[in-house]
Amino acid sequence: MADRFSLSPPLGITRRWLLASTAALGAAGLASSALGRTYRGGVLPWEPNDTSPPVPVRPGPWLYFTADEAATIEAMVDRLIPPDDAGPGGKAAGCAVFIDRQLAGAFGDSRRLYMRPPFMPGTAQQGLQSPLVPKERYRATLAALEAYCKATFAGKGFAALEGAQQDQVLTGLEKGEIKLKDADAKVFFTLLLANTMEGFFADPIYGGNRDMAGWKLVGFPGVRYDFRDHVAKHNQPYPLPPVSILGRSDWSVPE
Amino acid sequence: MATKLPRKDVAIIGLGWTGAILAHELTEQGLDVVAVERGPWRDTATDFNIGYAPDELRYAVRLELFQRPAQSTLTFRNNDAQAALPMRQFGSFLPGNGVGGAGVHWNGQTWRFLPTDFLCRSHLEQRYGASFVPEELSIQDWGVTYEELEPYYDKFEYLAGISGKAGNLDGKIQAGGNPFEGARKREYPLPPMQMTYAPTVFAEAARAVGYHPFPSPSANLSRDYTNPLGIRMGQCTFCGFCERFGCANYSKASPQTAVLPVLMRKSNFTARTECEVVKVNLDRFGQYATGVTYVDSSGTAWEQPADIVLICAFAFNNVHMMLVSGIGQPYDPKTREGTVGRNYAYQTNSSVQLFFDDKIFNPFIASGSLGQTADDFNGDSFDHTGLGFVGGAGINCIPTNGRPISYRPVPPGTPLWGKNWKDATRKNYLRSFQFTSQGSSYAAYANHLDLDPTYKDRLGRPLLRMTFDFPDNDIRMSNWVTDKMEIIAKAMNPRQYVVNRRARPYSSVPYQSTHNTGGAIMGADPKTSAVNKYLQSWDVPNVFVIGASAFPQNAGYNPTGTVGALAYFAADAIINKYIKAPGPLVQS
Repeated sequence: MADRFSLSPPLGITRRWLLASTAALGAAGLASSALGRTYRGGVLPWEPNDTSPPVPVRPGPWLYFTADEAATIEAMVDRLIPPDDAGPGGKAAGCAVFIDRQLAGAFGDSRRLYMRPPFMPGTAQQGLQSPLVPKERYRATLAALEAYCKATFAGKGFAALEGAQQDQVLTGLEKGEIKLKDADAKVFFTLLLANTMEGFFADPIYGGNRDMAGWKLVGFPGVRYDFRDHVAKHNQPYPLPPVSILGRSDWSVPE
Repeated sequence: MATKLPRKDVAIIGLGWTGAILAHELTEQGLDVVAVERGPWRDTATDFNIGYAPDELRYAVRLELFQRPAQSTLTFRNNDAQAALPMRQFGSFLPGNGVGGAGVHWNGQTWRFLPTDFLCRSHLEQRYGASFVPEELSIQDWGVTYEELEPYYDKFEYLAGISGKAGNLDGKIQAGGNPFEGARKREYPLPPMQMTYAPTVFAEAARAVGYHPFPSPSANLSRDYTNPLGIRMGQCTFCGFCERFGCANYSKASPQTAVLPVLMRKSNFTARTECEVVKVNLDRFGQYATGVTYVDSSGTAWEQPADIVLICAFAFNNVHMMLVSGIGQPYDPKTREGTVGRNYAYQTNSSVQLFFDDKIFNPFIASGSLGQTADDFNGDSFDHTGLGFVGGAGINCIPTNGRPISYRPVPPGTPLWGKNWKDATRKNYLRSFQFTSQGSSYAAYANHLDLDPTYKDRLGRPLLRMTFDFPDNDIRMSNWVTDKMEIIAKAMNPRQYVVNRRARPYSSVPYQSTHNTGGAIMGADPKTSAVNKYLQSWDVPNVFVIGASAFPQNAGYNPTGTVGALAYFAADAIINKYIKAPGPLVQS
């Protein structure tokens, strides 16, 4: 029988494609058509330009959120990270766009995680045991929260509340004091806060941290990569502004 | 039915540090070697590309380079009374995946264990009396001594280009190094790295209160280096993207930077990636391995016959492979009999976070192993009389990064969001640092690994089940060492310091350490160890099980230096003993 491992990938299909299809294997079972790879000794198995750079998030319509959900999330991230003299808040920094794009991708459906049943309650030390994937959790919780807000605040949804009322609701979620119908408020809040911070501090390539607002807030210079000229300058501020994987806007030639 | 492939001399399961080292050594002898790796191929230029390698979200938060739980995970419980549940996402530890294994994403802190660490039980009983070791502990001697391993530690350190300063050359204590370390025959291949500010402040304070800090030995290279295989590596640039990342700069020793460029050029070596070994095949008497069966990424099964099988996966994956293959007797904590799964251990850590008003630390100027260590309270380097515990910890100031999704220190009591959170985050980011204790984890009879009765992996095999909690001994040890850390913290005169002590129960959720050890431990007695001193299975002599799975308990150091030394020690035994006379290398 022919050694199937020595087969080259079909024309036009890169090694990356094979790797990506392996990543999906957990969800798809063993029905994938991709094969394993054999690297016979004698040559270095290196192929030029066979890289997998991140795909920059593009502005435009919401990919996962409905318009109402997006309005709520934008209001939430702007209370979690409020705009002030030190810089933009979560909304202007693109945190809601970041979360939307994350939920539409691999993070949103937990495809890399162990999602086999049975799902049974455990101890805190055993970690989250829930069949609910992040995008379902967002949708379900936002719906329950909207109902809660309208019942509590004379028909107003979260996005229509005053800032102090929004903080009051967020605090209620954080402390588990607000009970939502069919949704775990505390688990949702932990997820929302983590995703908001990711959006504020991740590379701008993912749609948040717009204009490197998060990095400028704290003084993180991004992907400079070589600090050999500053390592011995103890107790001295680092002088250069931050750089993203995409570079800097002032590096671009104006169109 | 699996299709049978042509026979190989050696089949290696997993192509990380140990698989790559063994493959290199054995192919040098002319053996025909195949390595079967369940993750993808990875090389520096392609997969750790400098254009996008420094991406905290992708690599450190979404964990691109790690074992994906969808492919395989473990179940976990603190004790036998609980039902174990799957770790649906990894938290406390992050096992690697793909070519290079944990050698890709490690920080590079490269230690030798202390001579007394290898004689753990006999040394303590000799020094303090037979009843000194707490009853809960199942600690054992290794069956190999520091003196036996010294040349192999040396070999690994020169392969990897470790930057450091010897503290003990042939028994003579050296200024600037670790005065507590075992004797070494020669200096490190490279001098210590240039020091950043926080470890400098830490070292001054530690020295002022009477301890002996020194530059932590590092696999992040202080200078350009050509290793004994002729492979060139570059000077570290302090980029701050080390742990959880591949190095784009050829500056962190890894299989990719130190072994594979030579190994892959050999015509008697083959790597099969995205191929997962299902089990080691045994003859009908269960006494001899005939090879391995693996499935490729299409689900097609293949049988790879081989004369020698080397299990070189991550520590607990080695144990899983033995259990699903039926090699050795599974450990039973009730009877304390059996060997496979015995003495699973971990690491017992604590930390102190300091906040200053008048100092700027630039936490992003960092590397994974750039810092200072005070080793005064590690292992049995100090008198334990009257202390009520055994073991110890290294006190490390090795600030590895300032990546802001994960690293945003604020004093306790600060809200997690809102205006006050934002102000505190802005105020403290540059003006804080942490130092830690990395404590020994002494094996206990109750802590063990076995097969889960409920949960299965994608191939239908039972998941590995981990039963673990910190022994009381280790909590007492950690608290005592943490008291010493407070003395150092006060000497630095910060605005505020915050002590984070280790407490029971162990939680699988927050990240602590990927130093999982034991389960297929080495030793002199086949009743209490799964492999002999050469890492050869007592039960199936043409199977060697190589990695931190062999540690009878864990010391207060990072494991990779000792894993590398054991890999070279086993390779030497296979070449100079086993091949000449196949069979048990130690009579049971």
